[in-house]
Amino acid sequence: MNTFQLFNGLTFAALLFVVASGFTLIFGLLRIVNLAHGALYLFGGYIGFTVATRTGSFVLGGIGAMAAMAAIGFVLDQGLLRFVRGHELRQVLLTLGFALMLNDLALVIWGGDSFTVPIPPMLRGGTRLFGVFYPTYRLFVLISGLVVFAALWLLLNRTRLGALIRAGVDDAEMVEASGVNIRRVFLVTFLIGSALAGLGGLMGGAFLTLYPSADAEILVFSLAVVIIGGRGSLVGVGVGSVLVGLLNTIGQVMFPELAYFVIFGPMAVLLAFRPLGLFGRAA
Amino acid sequence: MTQRPMQTKSFAGMSGRAVIAALAAVAAAAALPLVLTNYQVGLATEILIFGLLAMSIDILAGFAGRTSLGHGAIFGVASYVVIYAGAQAGLPPAAGLALGVVAATLLAAIFGWLAVRTSGVYFLLLTLALGMIVWGICLRWTEVTGGENGLRGDVRPAFLVTHSAFYWAVLAAAVAASFAMWRFVRSPFGLTLRGIRDSESRMRSLGYNVSLHLFIGFTVSGFFAGIAGALYAMFNDFVSPSTVALAQSVEGVLMMIAGGVGTLFGGFVGAAVIIALENVVSAHTERWQMVLGATFILIMIFAPEGIIGKLRAMLARHTSR
Repeated sequence: MNTFQLFNGLTFAALLFVVASGFTLIFGLLRIVNLAHGALYLFGGYIGFTVATRTGSFVLGGIGAMAAMAAIGFVLDQGLLRFVRGHELRQVLLTLGFALMLNDLALVIWGGDSFTVPIPPMLRGGTRLFGVFYPTYRLFVLISGLVVFAALWLLLNRTRLGALIRAGVDDAEMVEASGVNIRRVFLVTFLIGSALAGLGGLMGGAFLTLYPSADAEILVFSLAVVIIGGRGSLVGVGVGSVLVGLLNTIGQVMFPELAYFVIFGPMAVLLAFRPLGLFGRAA
Repeated sequence: MTQRPMQTKSFAGMSGRAVIAALAAVAAAAALPLVLTNYQVGLATEILIFGLLAMSIDILAGFAGRTSLGHGAIFGVASYVVIYAGAQAGLPPAAGLALGVVAATLLAAIFGWLAVRTSGVYFLLLTLALGMIVWGICLRWTEVTGGENGLRGDVRPAFLVTHSAFYWAVLAAAVAASFAMWRFVRSPFGLTLRGIRDSESRMRSLGYNVSLHLFIGFTVSGFFAGIAGALYAMFNDFVSPSTVALAQSVEGVLMMIAGGVGTLFGGFVGAAVIIALENVVSAHTERWQMVLGATFILIMIFAPEGIIGKLRAMLARHTSR
C-alpha cells in the first residue's frame, strides 16, 4: 500500500467516523440499533446538496443537512420509537421500516440520478503532502473527522451533558433515580447522532457522490465500525473507523472481488468471539 | 406452554380436528389452479415459496428467540447454486435442486457456528453482516455469479413447465416441508429450543448444551430456507444479487412477523398478505417501498404479535367474555 492509498483509507475512515459516531452514541445510550442511520446520511447529503447549490455556500449546506436530519430524528424518536420503548427488536425493525420510507421519499424528491455536492473553491485542486499530490478536499475531510472527534470528546468528557450521557450508557436507570430527566438526555443524544449522519452525508456527498443505494453501503460500513469498536465507545469508533477504512482500501486494491469479505470476515469472527467489540463493556 | 387436551384419535401427532383442517387447507390450495388465471397461479406459487422462507425464519425467531436478518442470503445461495448447476454446469434438475439445498445448509451451518455465541440485537447484527458478505461476493465474483447481471437459466424439468403443474409440485414440497418443520418444533428438540428462548441460563444449568442446540436449530432452519430458495430458482429462472440482498431477508422477516411469530403456519398467511399487498399497491403506484416501510412500522407499533396472533388475542377476549 503506497502513501496515496494510505491517505484514501484514512480519509474514508474520517468520513466513517463522523457517521458511525452518531450511530454508536444512539446505540450506546438508547440501546437502539438505528438502521435508518444510513438513510439519514443519504437524505442529509441530498438536502446539503440542494442547499449548497442553491445558496452557493458549503457551510450553509452543512448546517441545513444537520438541522434537517435533527428534525427528522426528532420525528422518528418522538413520533414513532416512543411507542415501542424497551422492545429492542421492535425498535430495530421499526427503524428499518422508517429507512425504507425515507429512501423512497428521497427517490421521489431527487430521482435516481447521482449527485455530487459542489466543493468550495478554496478546497478544490490538490496539495503536496508526504511526497504525493493529494486532493485538498479529502484532506479537509480527514481534518473534519479529527475536529468532530475532538468536539465529541470534549462534549462527553468536559460537559455536564457529556457526564450524563456517559453515566446513562453505564446505567440509565440509576441516572434517572438520581433525579435527572434521562428522557431529555436520550432525546438530545438522538438529535446529535442524527445531525452527525446529516453532516456525514454532506461530507461524503462531495467525494463519494449520492445515489439511491449509498445509504445501505454506508450503513453496513457503520455497522462494521461499531461492531468492531464496541457499543457506545468514542475511542472504539475511532479505532474501528481506521481499521475498516484501511481494510476497505486494502481489500479494494488487492482482492477487488472479495473486498466485502476483507472487512466483514474479520468482523464476523471478532463478533463471534468478542461479542461486545474491542472497547465494548457489558451493560 | 398450554396443555394439550387429551386426544383419543391422532394421526402423525395431529389431533383429529387438526388433520381435517390441514387436509381441507391443502385440498383448497390444490384446487386453486382450476379457478385462477395463470398470473394468479404464479402469485400463489410465490406465496408458497416465501411462506416456506418465513416459516424457516420462524423456527429461529419464534422457537429459539433469535431473529435472523441473514436468511435471505441462505435462500438466495440455494437459488444461485440451482441455476448455476442447471444452466452453467449442465446438471439434471434433481441434482441441481439437491446441490442448492446442500449449499444453503452448509452456509447456514457456518452462519450458525458464528452466530450462536450472540443473542438479541447482536444476533441480528451478525446475521445481517454475514448476509452482506454473501451479497458482496455474489455482486463482485463476476465469473461465477454474473455480477450485477445475475444468472439466467431455464432449470425447470420439462414436465413442470405449465403454471399449474409447477404450482402443484411446489404445493407438494411446501406441504412436506411445513409438516417436517411442524414436527421439528414439536419434537423434544424443539421443546429444548423453546426452553432456551425462555431462559438460556436455566437450560444451561439443567445441563443442556445451549450452543449446540442453537447451532443445529440454525442449520435445520437454513435447510428449509434452502428448499425455498431452490424452488424459487425454478420459479423465477433468474437470480441476481438482489435475491441475496438484505431486502430479501427483511421481507422474509416481515412476512414471518405479519403471520405471527411462533405460529409457524402463519408464514403462509404473512407471505399471502405481503405479496397480495405488493401486487395491489404496484398496480396503482410505484411507491411500493414506501408502503412496505409504513406496513413495517404499523405492524411493529400495533400488532407485533402478527396478524394471526392479533386475531387469536381478539378471539380469546371474545370467547372468555
